[in-house]
Amino acid sequence: MDVDNGRVKKGVNFLDLVDVGEPAAIAAEYEKQGADELVFLDITATNQARSTMIDVVEKVSRKVFMPLTVGGGIKSVAEMQNLLRAGADKISLNSAAIASPSLITEGAKKFGNQCIVVAIDVKRNHEKKFFEVYTHGGKISTGIDAITWAKKVVELGAGELLVTSMDQDGTKSGFDIELYQKIAPEIDVPVIASGGAGKMEDFVDVFRKCNVDGALAASVFHYGEITIPNLKEELKKFEVNVR
Amino acid sequence: MLAVIDYDAGNTFNVIKAFDYLGVKIKLTDNPTEILESSGLILPGVGAFGPAMATLEKKQLVDVIKEAVLVKKIPLLGICLGMQLLFEKSSEYGEHNGLGLIPGNIIAIPEKGGLKVPQMGWNKNRLKIQGTKFDFIEGQYSYFVHSFYASCDKKYLISAVDYGVEVPAMVQNGSVFGTQFHPEKSGKIGLDILETFAKKVVRQ
Repeated sequence: MDVDNGRVKKGVNFLDLVDVGEPAAIAAEYEKQGADELVFLDITATNQARSTMIDVVEKVSRKVFMPLTVGGGIKSVAEMQNLLRAGADKISLNSAAIASPSLITEGAKKFGNQCIVVAIDVKRNHEKKFFEVYTHGGKISTGIDAITWAKKVVELGAGELLVTSMDQDGTKSGFDIELYQKIAPEIDVPVIASGGAGKMEDFVDVFRKCNVDGALAASVFHYGEITIPNLKEELKKFEVNVR
Repeated sequence: MLAVIDYDAGNTFNVIKAFDYLGVKIKLTDNPTEILESSGLILPGVGAFGPAMATLEKKQLVDVIKEAVLVKKIPLLGICLGMQLLFEKSSEYGEHNGLGLIPGNIIAIPEKGGLKVPQMGWNKNRLKIQGTKFDFIEGQYSYFVHSFYASCDKKYLISAVDYGVEVPAMVQNGSVFGTQFHPEKSGKIGLDILETFAKKVVRQ
């Protein structure tokens, strides 16, 4: 769930945000449907939004009893601690990890590797033919190769990677199979694929073709195009191991 | 009233929120009198074994917990690291003594067969002992985050999960219970476990 000023929103290719609803209510509905984990990304990430986000995490964690990952604009161990105290289980770092990679190690030392997720937003660089890391909600290109960066963050202590394909985000045209086929074999922590889920076959595809541990989707669930119980039934048919 | 033992464990607030949600009265405390007068005890825990035992010792809670359980027979539920602390010893970053309330040791999950360590995610419980108040755990998925596990006699296993080795998921020795998984993060089944402990195991 992308959270903007306390509301869940969703865009296409990281742009054109549409209001989807109230975070705690949406979270409770997803728990009822059988979602395995929730990820909250604060997409405003100003100081004001940060206190709103703590409030969102606090409200959600009073009603919803599954793992919660929270990210967006987190720049210090103190901010991580505040979110964990509010009820987050994992902290997701993105731009701040690029700016100061030692933050990954500091967080992992203090809270354990399992607590630190590094989110990597990736866009194909067609000119130079590589997967390029972007920061600041997809606005700034870094010139960094996504696979190199993925290996580096795991060395630094990341316990999980959330890899989002910006090319696919919100397009509903399927996960970026090639991206996950390149990244997953290189690292030994869980990889969550994100961006592009449009139909149930897309989930089957990413689990069968890539060694990813989870798949994240927003649009298709927000708009009720796929329900989680139906999706799990479909995955079971293809012998994907699901709860 | 239930008491959550306060020793700065990471998941304390989420455990309390779960009991609040269930309408169970619960209090966070490190006061020996309150612990000894509670109807049931919760020992939460996230992190490493050694520092956790050191904090319990520094707060002089080790003997209080033992007296509560062994003398006053107050039911106790340990969660995740809180469960591991119930055993005799751990080899996590050196040798450490635990509370010794359940015979057995805490050892590392072997890295084999391409399984990632820590085990992080949902896994399926298989019931090992029938006839406790927790039979409903059979076949249910609960949420795990751990790199170490309990090596103990099978007679203490209410349920186990497969993760390369047989990992004790829920354990019991008399009135002492423990879950390696996080019931406060395991959706409905987790809430059912906490509610059963609070309302059926603990004397009302």
